[in-house]
Amino acid sequence: MAKQATERAEAVTFSEAGQRELEALLKRYPNKRASLLMVLHLAQREFGWISQEVMKYIAERLELPYGDVYDTVSFYTMYHTRPAGKYHIQVCHTLSCALRGARHICKHIEEKLGIKEGEVTEDGKFSFVKVECLGSCGTAPVVQVNDDYHENMTVEKLDQLLKTLK
Amino acid sequence: MFEPVLTKDIQIPDSQDIDYYLDRGGYEAFQKVVKSMAPDEVIDVVKASNLRGRGGAGFPTGLKWNFVPKNTEKPHYLVNNADESEPGTFKDRLLLNGNPHLVLEGTMIGAFAIRANVAYIYIRGEFVREARIMEKAIAQAYDKGFLGRNILGSGYDLDVYVHRGAGAYICGEETGLLESLEGKRGWPRIKPPFPALEGLFRCPTIVNNVETLSCVPFIINRGAEWFKSIGPERSPGPKLFCLSGHVKNPGVFELPMGTNLKEIIFEHGGGLLNGKALKAVIPGGSSVPILHPEEIDVSMDFDSLAQIGSMLGSAGIIVMDESTCLVDVLLNITHFYQHESCGQCTPCREGTYWAELVLRKIEHGKGSEKDIDMLEEMARHINFRTICPLGDAAAMPIMSFLKKFRQEFEQHVQAGACPLNSQL
Repeated sequence: MAKQATERAEAVTFSEAGQRELEALLKRYPNKRASLLMVLHLAQREFGWISQEVMKYIAERLELPYGDVYDTVSFYTMYHTRPAGKYHIQVCHTLSCALRGARHICKHIEEKLGIKEGEVTEDGKFSFVKVECLGSCGTAPVVQVNDDYHENMTVEKLDQLLKTLK
Repeated sequence: MFEPVLTKDIQIPDSQDIDYYLDRGGYEAFQKVVKSMAPDEVIDVVKASNLRGRGGAGFPTGLKWNFVPKNTEKPHYLVNNADESEPGTFKDRLLLNGNPHLVLEGTMIGAFAIRANVAYIYIRGEFVREARIMEKAIAQAYDKGFLGRNILGSGYDLDVYVHRGAGAYICGEETGLLESLEGKRGWPRIKPPFPALEGLFRCPTIVNNVETLSCVPFIINRGAEWFKSIGPERSPGPKLFCLSGHVKNPGVFELPMGTNLKEIIFEHGGGLLNGKALKAVIPGGSSVPILHPEEIDVSMDFDSLAQIGSMLGSAGIIVMDESTCLVDVLLNITHFYQHESCGQCTPCREGTYWAELVLRKIEHGKGSEKDIDMLEEMARHINFRTICPLGDAAAMPIMSFLKKFRQEFEQHVQAGACPLNSQL
């Protein structure tokens, strides 16, 4: 695994905007535990990844045992429990994408970035994972970079895309 | 002549905006319902329409709503299941993106019918854009006074919230979804109690699919008879068919329920890519039994597909041409269910793991005749032996591939390699 800058905020605390969002999220549910998935998404946006410190902080804020937070985090694939790249590249390799050549996309990414699946580039810019069905089978193969879908992917389009990711 | 309703305006950029939606009769059904109908009357109309759930199981929607107790002090909840993730299915995403107010209006009418004052739209975590679009649609509906307290002076209160998943196929299963909505791992619950009696926060809850709820405003506006006039009377209505794989023109097609599968592939989908011949079709998402080319002259509705031993499921049609290795396809499918098994039940957790290993062995030419038999036995031991249907979803493809294409597995064993040199 390539090395990644591990700096994080001195003390784990939500920004002011994050605080406001947390308060709004808590109003959506009859108990604090129910807000956990949404609060974890917020935390990942604020801190980049879900470290043990972040889980402890959330446990405190939601008045939950640390173990409950850890249990939920460990179940879902979208929470990063170690730092991901600035651009997290997710390639769907389930059936419809596989039939339309997802493996060529994967191979090209590995060659181009010099990393294997599950790794982060030396400079921390890119990480690459294969993921299960992204629900966009009609425009296969599909690649998701951070929040955005890139559909009908080809090796040429991928090169263009990588160039735009500064 | 069938005219699409769910996806009619989907290509128009303004279709996400509430004013565009209002100009075309949007929220008229909701206003009619809150101002002039009793909740039970709404349920009766939906029952009379024969609307069946579009998420995969095909359960009658009105009947499901009727299971919510009428005399409980507990709050009721409606959940719109937008956790679309069955491989081959991509129709709900289209609605969330292109017709968010229809999705919302259907959710609101459903909530009113079951006397819920809170509804959640559970959107799979990867659909970040779709979650933002729905949040915006909800905010616009509050601004127009369609959500909040004492809506349009009717005395009815309703709040709708977006809840995002975080990458777990199992949360599309309704009780796994409810656990996930409660902030926990998505481990399905043993039923009974069914969610209609004891669901979210142990309160009466109805979970409906995005497309199912999107049909409801049209049923209210145009009537149950109109809905029943489209397609087979026992499972009628407009239907979104998802077409992917080796076809020229993949995509979502809104057609009458019961449209012929062959017509969908060859007319709407333009036939196969590069003039190749058809080898097999999965008609309803990767979990449903596979079809031979000679079986595809079939009406795409719940009952007709059940009659030939398959399922409509989520109407995710995956087309495979003659160059496809079906052992490799089954390996890909089985890997998916292995990855997505929540780990709660031993037959599914262990069965999918070992089935994947055996399939990998066969695909790479290291399998034996015994392995093929063992694979079949494994699937039988998973099927119907788990809390939720994920186990069945993993077992059904294995059993149907072996039943219909066993020869191809045997060829791998005899040749000691994949005859098609497949690499999916």
